[in-house]
Amino acid sequence: MLHATLKQLSDGLATGKFSSAEVTKYFINRINNLNNSLNSFISLDADKSLAQARAADALRAAGKAQTLTGVPLAQKDIFCAQGWLTTCGSKMLSNFVSPYDAHVIERFNAAGAVNLGKTNMDEFAMGSSNETSFYGPVRNPWDRERVPGGSSGGSAAAVAARLAPAATGTDTGGSIRQPAALTGICGLKPTYGLVSRYGMIAFASSLDQGGPMARTAEDLGLMLNVMAGFDARDSTSLQRTPEDYGRNLAQPLAGLRIGLPKEFFAAGASADVIKAIEGAVAEYKKLGCEIVDVSLPNMALSVPVYYVLAPAEASSNLSRFDGVRYGYRAKDYGNLAEMYEKTRAEGFGAEVKRRILIGAYVLSHGYYDAYYLRAQKLRRLIAQDFVEAFKQCDVIMGPTTPSTAFKIGEKSGDPVQMYLSDIYTIAVNLAGLPGMSIPCGFDSNGLPVGLQIIGDYFSEARMLNVAHQYQLATDWHTQAPKNIREAAS
Amino acid sequence: MKWEVVIGLETHAQLSTMSKIFSGASTQVGAAPNTQACAVDLALPGVLPVLNKGAVERAIRFGLAVGAKINRRSIFARKNYFYPDLPKGYQISQYELPIVEGGSLTIHVGDVEKTVQLTRAHLEEDAGKSLHEDFQGATGIDLNRAGTPLLEIVTEPDMRSSAEAVAYAKALHALVRWIGICDGNMQEGSFRCDANVSVRPAGSDKLGTRCEIKNLNSFRFLEKAIEFEIRRQIEVIEDGGRVVQETRLYDPDKDETRSMRSKEDAHDYRYFPDPDLLPLAVSEAMLQAIQSELPELPPAKQSRFMSSYGISAYDAAVLTSSRELADYFEAAAQDADAKVAKQCANWVAGHLNARLNDENLDITQSKVTSKQLRRLIDRVADGTVSGKIARDVFDALWAGEAVGNHDESAVDIFIKNKGLQQISDGSAIEKIVDAVIAANARQVADYLAGKEKAFNSLVGQSMKATKGKANPQQVNDILKRKLTR
Repeated sequence: MLHATLKQLSDGLATGKFSSAEVTKYFINRINNLNNSLNSFISLDADKSLAQARAADALRAAGKAQTLTGVPLAQKDIFCAQGWLTTCGSKMLSNFVSPYDAHVIERFNAAGAVNLGKTNMDEFAMGSSNETSFYGPVRNPWDRERVPGGSSGGSAAAVAARLAPAATGTDTGGSIRQPAALTGICGLKPTYGLVSRYGMIAFASSLDQGGPMARTAEDLGLMLNVMAGFDARDSTSLQRTPEDYGRNLAQPLAGLRIGLPKEFFAAGASADVIKAIEGAVAEYKKLGCEIVDVSLPNMALSVPVYYVLAPAEASSNLSRFDGVRYGYRAKDYGNLAEMYEKTRAEGFGAEVKRRILIGAYVLSHGYYDAYYLRAQKLRRLIAQDFVEAFKQCDVIMGPTTPSTAFKIGEKSGDPVQMYLSDIYTIAVNLAGLPGMSIPCGFDSNGLPVGLQIIGDYFSEARMLNVAHQYQLATDWHTQAPKNIREAAS
Repeated sequence: MKWEVVIGLETHAQLSTMSKIFSGASTQVGAAPNTQACAVDLALPGVLPVLNKGAVERAIRFGLAVGAKINRRSIFARKNYFYPDLPKGYQISQYELPIVEGGSLTIHVGDVEKTVQLTRAHLEEDAGKSLHEDFQGATGIDLNRAGTPLLEIVTEPDMRSSAEAVAYAKALHALVRWIGICDGNMQEGSFRCDANVSVRPAGSDKLGTRCEIKNLNSFRFLEKAIEFEIRRQIEVIEDGGRVVQETRLYDPDKDETRSMRSKEDAHDYRYFPDPDLLPLAVSEAMLQAIQSELPELPPAKQSRFMSSYGISAYDAAVLTSSRELADYFEAAAQDADAKVAKQCANWVAGHLNARLNDENLDITQSKVTSKQLRRLIDRVADGTVSGKIARDVFDALWAGEAVGNHDESAVDIFIKNKGLQQISDGSAIEKIVDAVIAANARQVADYLAGKEKAFNSLVGQSMKATKGKANPQQVNDILKRKLTR
C-alpha cells in the first residue's frame, strides 16, 4: 500500500481488496509517525477522516461508489472545509474554523473521497519554500535540511513521503509545479477558470488556480475529473462541457511537436537541471516527437510583472483580515486604528507584510500608471508570446525550476533570489495557461528535477497524455525518498 | 459683491432588487442584526462576488430613462479603505468605466424650466452599519445592509440655488420610483444625496473651491444644508479667508454644517479593477428588452394627457407626479368624454389629492377607488347629484360609510339609501321657492331695490330647504323668473 497510486487504491477499493477505513487508517498511522519530522500537516482529525472513510465504505456497499470513493487525500490548508481549522498557514487565521466548504472540497466530498488533513503551506500562499508558514517550515523528504518548495510544500512533501496518495495544491506563480519538482512528484496547474476558486482563500485572484498533486499523470487526471467544473459562485469559472481528462492517456506521441523556448535554457538553470531536461527531451524524441525551437521573448519580464500584479491584488484581498469579524485580533488596543494596526502587525508574517506594502504602493495615487497599468500591458504581451509559440508546437517543455531543492534558510533572507526560483513558472499564470511538472531525473545530490510541460488553453487531457506516455517509458516517478519507512506498513 | 452659487449632486439610490448586488442574501430591511448577511456579505475567507443581473437591468433602465449612453462594457473596481462596517476592506464600485454615462433631467423651479446634465451613474454596493448606542464601550456592527445594490447618480455642477438642487432631487426621486428601480424611502436611506457646493463672483467662469456635504436624507435638510453652506462660504471669503476643500456633515438640530475631514485627510482609495468580476458586458438584446419594457415617462405622459384629455399643463404635471397617481387618473378617465375627463383631472388633482395629503397617504392607499370616483363623476354629469353633494358622497365613502359592495355600485347605493338624488322636478322646486319668497319679504324687497346680495341669500335658503338636493341652476332660474314678474 505504501507506493500505491490513486488508481491502484481506487481499483483495490473497487475489488474489495481493502476497505476505505483500512486505507485511511494506514495513512493516518504514517502521518502520525512521520509528520513530526516533515511538518507537512497543519491540522489532522482522525475521527473526522475515519467517519468519512466508513461513510465511503457504506456508499460502496450500497453500490454507489465512484472512482475516488474511499480514497484518502490531503487538502492544502488554503481550501475552506466545514468544521476544519482553515489557517492558510497564517497566525491571522490560526483560530478560524470554516463554516463552509470550498467548491473543491464539496466536489471531493460528493465523490466520496476522504479528507486526511490540511497541509502546511507558505503563509497565504506567499512563498516558494514553505518557510513563511506560521506553522514552521516543511521539510523535504529527500533531504530534511532542504525545503520542499512552496507554497504547496506540505502537500508536495506529504505525497512524496507517501503520507497521502495525492493532495490538492494551488498555483499563483508556480506553487503547485515548483514544489512538485522539488519533491519528485507530479503537479498540474489547470487553465485559469477550470477549477472554481470559491472557498479557496485568495492570494492574487487573477492568477490563483487550484490543481492536483500526485505521483502519476494518470492520478492527476482522476483528481482533475473531480476538481474541474463550472461553479456559478465564481464569476471567473468557465462554463464548459465536462470532460474525462484521462481519456487520451494511451494515445501514442508520434508526431507531437515539442517546443523548447530558448529563454528556458539560456541562463540561470543549473547544469544538473539542464542535463535532466535534455535527457527527457531525448526520451520524447525516442517516442517519436518532433523538437521545435520556439521563443518567448518577454519571459524575462514575467517576474517583475508578477511582483507588481500579485501583490497589488493581494494587498486588497488580505484587507478583510482586520480582526473585526473572525480570525486573530490583537489583545490590547486603545482605539480602532490601533486595533487594525496591531492585529495586522501581529497576525501577518514578514513576507505577507512585504507584499501588502508593495501592492499598496503600486496601486497608490500617482504610481498606478507606472506600475499596475504598465504591468497589465506587459502581461498581455507575455500571453501573446505563448499564442505565437503554440502556432509552431503542441506543447512547450523546459525546466520547472532553475535549481533543485535548496537548503532551509538559504534564500529566506533574500527575497529576490527566492522570487527567481519561480522564473520558469510565473509566465504560465500570467497567461492563464495550463502547466505541469513531472519528475525527470536527479541532480548530483540525488535531489529530484522537474520537467515542466506547458499546454495551450484547455489542453489538459493532451498534457496528461504527454506525461503519461513518458511515465510508461521511464521510472523517475516511481522513485521514493529514503527514510520514509519508519511507519509500520 | 454678488455671488453665484454652483451645486452638483451625487445621489445614492438603493436599487429595489430582492437580493444583494453580489450575494443571494435578502435586501429586506428591519431584520434582526446580521441575520441577512451570508458568507459573501461577511467577507469570509475564500468567498467571491457574483453580480446580480437585476441590479444591472435597473441601472440600464435608469440610463435609458435619462437619455444616457449605456456602456456596452463597464468595469467593477475595488475602492480600498478600512472601516469596521466594510467587511472586505474594500467596496466594489465602478470607477473608470461606469455603466451609464451622460444623460439629463429636466426640472421646474417656479415657471422656469431647466435641464440638469448628468455626468454618470454607476453601480456599487452599500456598506453595513456601525451601531454606537446600546454597546457599552464598544461598537456593534450590523452587516444586513452590506452589499445592498446602489446606483450612484452624479450631476454636472449645473444647479445655481438650493431651490434648483431640491427641484432636481425631487425630479430624480420621482423618476427612480416611476421606473421602479428604487422605493425612494428617504427615512430608511434608500435615497440620499451628497451636495457639492461652491460660490464664485457672479460672472466668473472659474469654479470656486467646493465642499461636499454628505448624506442628506430629506429634501428639507438638503435645502437647509445648502443654504447654510452658501452663507458660510460667502462669509469666509468676504472676511478675507479661503474656502478649504473638505467633506462636511449637516447637523439638522443646530442647522449647520461641520467639517468631517479635509482633503489632506482624504483616503487614497487605490482603485483597481476587481479581478473577481469579469468586465460587465451589456448585449444589444438586453438593451432592447429593457427599452421595450420601459414605462411611458412623465414628460411623454404629460403631453399625452394634455392632448387626449384636454387638461392644463399644470394639472398634467400634478397627475404625473407619480406613476401610481397617473395610473389612477387614467383608470378613472377611461373612455370618458372631454368634460368628464376634465372633471376626473380636477377631482384627482384637487379633492382626492388634498385628502391624501391630509392623511399622509399615497394614492395606492386611497380609500375611494378609481372606479368609484368615476361613477360619482358620471352621476354629477347625468344630473343625479349636484357637485356639492358629490363631495359629501366622496367624503362619506372615504370615511367608510358606504355599505355593501366595495365596487362602484357602492356610489349608487349610497346616493339612493341617503336619498341624495338631485331634485330636478320643476314644480317641486317652484313650491319650495314660493315658500321661501313668502317667508322672506324683506330680502325680496331688498333685491327688487337693486341689492344683488339678497338674491344669493334667497338661493341659499331654497337650497337649504332641500338639504342641498335641488338642482342649483333650476333654483336660480325659477327664483329669477318669479322675482322679475
